[in-house]
Amino acid sequence: MQNSGINVIFNNIGILLDGLGNTLLIAVTSLFISFFTGFGFGLLRMSKNRIVKLLTYIYLEAFRIIPIMVWLFSFFFFIPRTLGIDISGEVAAIVVFTMWGTAEMGDIVRGALESLSKGQIESGLSIGLSKLQLFLYIQFPQAIKRIVPGAISLGTRMIKTTSLVVLIGVIDVIARGKQVIERTKEAFWIYGFLFLLFFLMCYPLSIMARKLERKWES
Amino acid sequence: MDWSYLGRELPRYIEAGLVTLKIGFWGILAALITGLVCCFVLYYKIFILQKIVKVYVELSRNTPLLIQVFFLYFGLPQVGIKLSGTACAIIGLGFLGGSYMAEAFRGGLEAVGNSQIESGLSIGLDKRQMMQYVILPQAISISMPQVSANFIFLLKETSILSAIAIPELLNVTQSLIGLYYKTNESLLLLTVSYLIIILPLSIVLGYIERRLRHAEFGN
Amino acid sequence: MNNEEIVLEIKDLYKGFGERNVLNGLDFTLHKGEVVVIIGPSGCGKSTLLRCINGLEKIDGGDVILEGSSIYDKNIKMRQVRQKVGIVFQSYDLFSHMTVMENILLGPLKVQKRDKQEVSELARELLKKVGLSDRENDYPRQLSGGQKQRIAIVRSLCMNPDIVLFDEVTAALDPEMVREVLDVILDLAKQGLTMIIVTHEMHFARAVSDRILFMDHGKIVEEGEPEDLFGNPKTERAKQFLNKFDY
Repeated sequence: MQNSGINVIFNNIGILLDGLGNTLLIAVTSLFISFFTGFGFGLLRMSKNRIVKLLTYIYLEAFRIIPIMVWLFSFFFFIPRTLGIDISGEVAAIVVFTMWGTAEMGDIVRGALESLSKGQIESGLSIGLSKLQLFLYIQFPQAIKRIVPGAISLGTRMIKTTSLVVLIGVIDVIARGKQVIERTKEAFWIYGFLFLLFFLMCYPLSIMARKLERKWES
Repeated sequence: MDWSYLGRELPRYIEAGLVTLKIGFWGILAALITGLVCCFVLYYKIFILQKIVKVYVELSRNTPLLIQVFFLYFGLPQVGIKLSGTACAIIGLGFLGGSYMAEAFRGGLEAVGNSQIESGLSIGLDKRQMMQYVILPQAISISMPQVSANFIFLLKETSILSAIAIPELLNVTQSLIGLYYKTNESLLLLTVSYLIIILPLSIVLGYIERRLRHAEFGN
Repeated sequence: MNNEEIVLEIKDLYKGFGERNVLNGLDFTLHKGEVVVIIGPSGCGKSTLLRCINGLEKIDGGDVILEGSSIYDKNIKMRQVRQKVGIVFQSYDLFSHMTVMENILLGPLKVQKRDKQEVSELARELLKKVGLSDRENDYPRQLSGGQKQRIAIVRSLCMNPDIVLFDEVTAALDPEMVREVLDVILDLAKQGLTMIIVTHEMHFARAVSDRILFMDHGKIVEEGEPEDLFGNPKTERAKQFLNKFDY
């Protein structure tokens, strides 16, 4: 009865958590890069240039319309064939998640900056601040209170979405789980464990986002 | 680009697109019903059920659909519950989407101002009339943008169901690439299929939102 | 003083929010056709009193007797009370998803099950009186505050109430819209509608009322005919309060 029932989780915990490292590496790297690129994208989206506006709009909508699963799949198959370079599933995943994260993060940044009242900006200008100063001392400190909760929520979405990388051959926590199942046939406990594991990663972040949002609402 | 391939495989994509739509439809319906039930349990604060619903919402929102359907499809047979792929897909979408819908509806109900309810009381409306004539019409229009975002979210999530062998768009693309190695052509058809399904839907939903908007305060 | 029949009697009314007592054993009587204005400092319990009469607040002691029976009697349905007692709020709360006409007809048709033809005619007649005939298909967001408040008054009147309560109906309005609303109420007073009005507009209070109640700390401190109370207040507190107003 070594490898049956709930014991299967404890006996294979090392292998399972080894896969988790890959999952987190993809999520954290993508999120980290997206935070910066997203800021840039958000500022671009507020541009008054119509062509920039249109292009950034199309970019965002592309991720809102085409499922991430399709993006992952396309990159994994399309890039190696077209460009003739072999990329690993991890790299394809990080590229896609970063592109997606940039779009979503950009929208959060834009929403936060646009929500600032005109009065704040006008009083800033009225005391002679330059545009850069206005951004650094007035807009950014106020907007960050809306950006951070949104970014944390995006983080939970990204962790949940990393579950998909197993489908393009990345050895993540789910792939490890599948290996254990093949050996032990304990699908119920392993998938139950994975369910709980993702919950334990995402739930604290969700709570944190909600608390910060409430705290900074006023 | 092999154009004849596109023409030849088009019918298979139409078929797969219909599977995506069919699974999406039933999944969204399941999500709507789950969401409505949960929302009313929360709104009327029905004692024990309220706690169960709260736990469900957190579990559903903080776990990926892929694990949810893997658990249903591979995990449950081990304890004697065998469900078809389609059943797992619909239950999975319903489980995932139910919490999103519940939150959307609850947001709508809570946004109906206390003063609107007092106005209703002051002209003698009873509980049912209040729900029917004052609260629901306003709540529906307030929650509509979130509900329609959920529609699109869930329809996109159907792509994950390729992992449990539902012959939807992505699954069919995968098998075709495996068969003919026409990667670019297959991916093009796949992307265009999603555009054809989701773009018109989001336009229609946007139109409905605008029609309902007169319930909003101010402009 | 007044030989008309008594329509409303408030007896020893108590109401508190948490630690604080807002109404402290308040008594008064309202006769048919009478217009009573309640004045007093902010937080003295005026609005709470009106909300108790309409059953929007649970009371802690005493009684509210409407046409001979307690509105808190278990056999009396609050919905029936509310059809007899109309209330117009400070924040002109029209139903935001309905047109003006739908707002007015909702109560008469769905609660009172009256004939649509009859109520529509009444509604049009009243809309004409308040000068808003051309607005019946507008949504609330298309109207100004003063217009919304006049519609709210019409909505209340269409229920054919025995008493109408006005809770600081001009407090949230722009100054130039106050007049149009007060004129409507003055007109109603002339027609003999029974009303209780809470207001901070002292000129208006003087002009519209048959009787003034001065409230402070949840009690009626002084009451009398407008000329007496405004011209020669007897209590120190009323004097102090009225001194702050320039009328």
